[in-house]
Amino acid sequence: MDYILSIVILACINMIAVLGLSIFTGFTGLFSLGHAAFVGVGAYTSAILTYYYYVPFPLALAAGAAAAGLVSLIIGIPTLRAKLRSDYFAIAILGFGEAMRVVLENLEITNGARGLPGIDNFTTFPIVLACLALGVFFARNFLRSRWGAACIAIREDPIAAEMAGVRLFRTRLLSLVVSAVYCGLSGGLLAHFLSFIQPVMFTLVQSTQLLAAVIAGGMGSLSGPLIASFVFIGLPEALRVAQMWRLVAYGLLLVLIMVYRPQGLMGYSELSSFFRRKDNPGGRMQP
Amino acid sequence: MWPGLFLQTLITGLSIGGIYALMAVGYSLVFSVLNFSNFAHGAVIMLGAYVGLALAAKLSLGFGIVLAGSIAGAGIIAVLNEKLAYSSLRRRKAPSLYLMISAMGCAVFLENLVYATIGSRFYAFPEFFGRQVISIGGSSVSLLDVGAFLFALVAILGLHLFINRTRTGIAIRAGVSDMTMCSLMGVDLDRLIAIVFLLAGGFAGVAGVFLGIKYLVYPTMGWVTNKAYIAAVIGGLGSLPGALAGGLILGVVETFVSSYISSVMRDVFSFSLLIAFLVWRPNGLWGTDSEEKV
Repeated sequence: MDYILSIVILACINMIAVLGLSIFTGFTGLFSLGHAAFVGVGAYTSAILTYYYYVPFPLALAAGAAAAGLVSLIIGIPTLRAKLRSDYFAIAILGFGEAMRVVLENLEITNGARGLPGIDNFTTFPIVLACLALGVFFARNFLRSRWGAACIAIREDPIAAEMAGVRLFRTRLLSLVVSAVYCGLSGGLLAHFLSFIQPVMFTLVQSTQLLAAVIAGGMGSLSGPLIASFVFIGLPEALRVAQMWRLVAYGLLLVLIMVYRPQGLMGYSELSSFFRRKDNPGGRMQP
Repeated sequence: MWPGLFLQTLITGLSIGGIYALMAVGYSLVFSVLNFSNFAHGAVIMLGAYVGLALAAKLSLGFGIVLAGSIAGAGIIAVLNEKLAYSSLRRRKAPSLYLMISAMGCAVFLENLVYATIGSRFYAFPEFFGRQVISIGGSSVSLLDVGAFLFALVAILGLHLFINRTRTGIAIRAGVSDMTMCSLMGVDLDRLIAIVFLLAGGFAGVAGVFLGIKYLVYPTMGWVTNKAYIAAVIGGLGSLPGALAGGLILGVVETFVSSYISSVMRDVFSFSLLIAFLVWRPNGLWGTDSEEKV
């Protein structure tokens, strides 16, 4: 029972990060191959705060999320202002993520590549569930707000959106910061659940896993990526598949999805729309 | 600055840069035709190194045959990769990001397949060149470094001639400027793209063998191609002379940073350079204009 519970907790922690990336990639239309770095920043910030400075856990979580948001500005401001081609942006953030890892590996306070052991186990199932629920609630409201509408407009057509008065730079930056805050929160929870973190836990492989969940779940849906991420973490863990075969399957899955079903599991619709027809916040007319 | 150390650093940098350039050429070739970043290139380099290793260690063949076998093996793998993972996307004119994600998937798939089947052990090539050392102006250079550097120069020059002088080369250049028009003029696009991937794969094979000899062979060795990618960006994605120059520049600058400033900051420096280039000079030093089309 404990084992299953820990899988569910891990899956929920991962879902929080996927939720953030979904706002940025699924709804704003910018691909990121570096969001694991924000998870790492959140994890290290909160862990260092509770480990060395005995800061209360909720405060440390908030600080981790805020730190991830701030760090995202470092990469977001120059690249988004320059309006890079979307694939160049993905590569720039990939480079940023790798550089971040090298920095974490060489700082004194992060204990370098050996990692930070013995972080207190503050993360419990109710806390994770509460964070996830709060995250979903905020994401839904965000996407229904003016800002969310602007994000979706940019995803559909950046040039048309700009013509209609959407400010590209500000909206994209906001979306990036929001997504980084989600990842930072997820990182803080992760650190205090595993009680051990290491820079190699936040590399391109993890960024790809996050992106895979968003793409597999459907870009323009919140529930799709959540389901995908739950399946991605839960299923291999429950079947006790070795990590490398899991990654073999992820890779194959990414290719198959791109070739056969690029709209992903849920496409642009939400789970709730199967029960109620009118509600479709990712709203896009099917061509 | 001590001149001996300076010269030594410069030469080491150039030899690393030569390998970066070999890898960057593969990236640039594919990028110039299909306009997407082929992240699977690193995995093809890794597989090329394993093919070479199998020929060298199991069959104990000579260096020439190992190199040829690795070129052929990696070339075929690259073509298969295109046929299975990219061709249907290309035909329905999917956005280049879909191709990039598919490439990412291929890289993750191939790397972990090797990891799961062959294992994570580090393998070394048998010593082809021994530890022979040449002395240039008081600083010593291994024969392998000189060989790799010269081979990279000759191979890239050969490719340059191929693209500029032959009929197929003309077709490739036509494809670079306009795919649809090129196909209307009677060029078989599938064949053309297969040739491009074959060439890119061949260069990946060479790079794989040299990397494997210089360092070791292991499943994640393809990650070095991140550096090759940076080199391609510095030179301008899609430009062959750019790939060569970018590789050499990156190799030299990196070696200087690691020997005069700090070796751990080397990678941070390289990635910062990448971001700086993408932001301020996304077309590199020699790249062609590549605005995202409306």
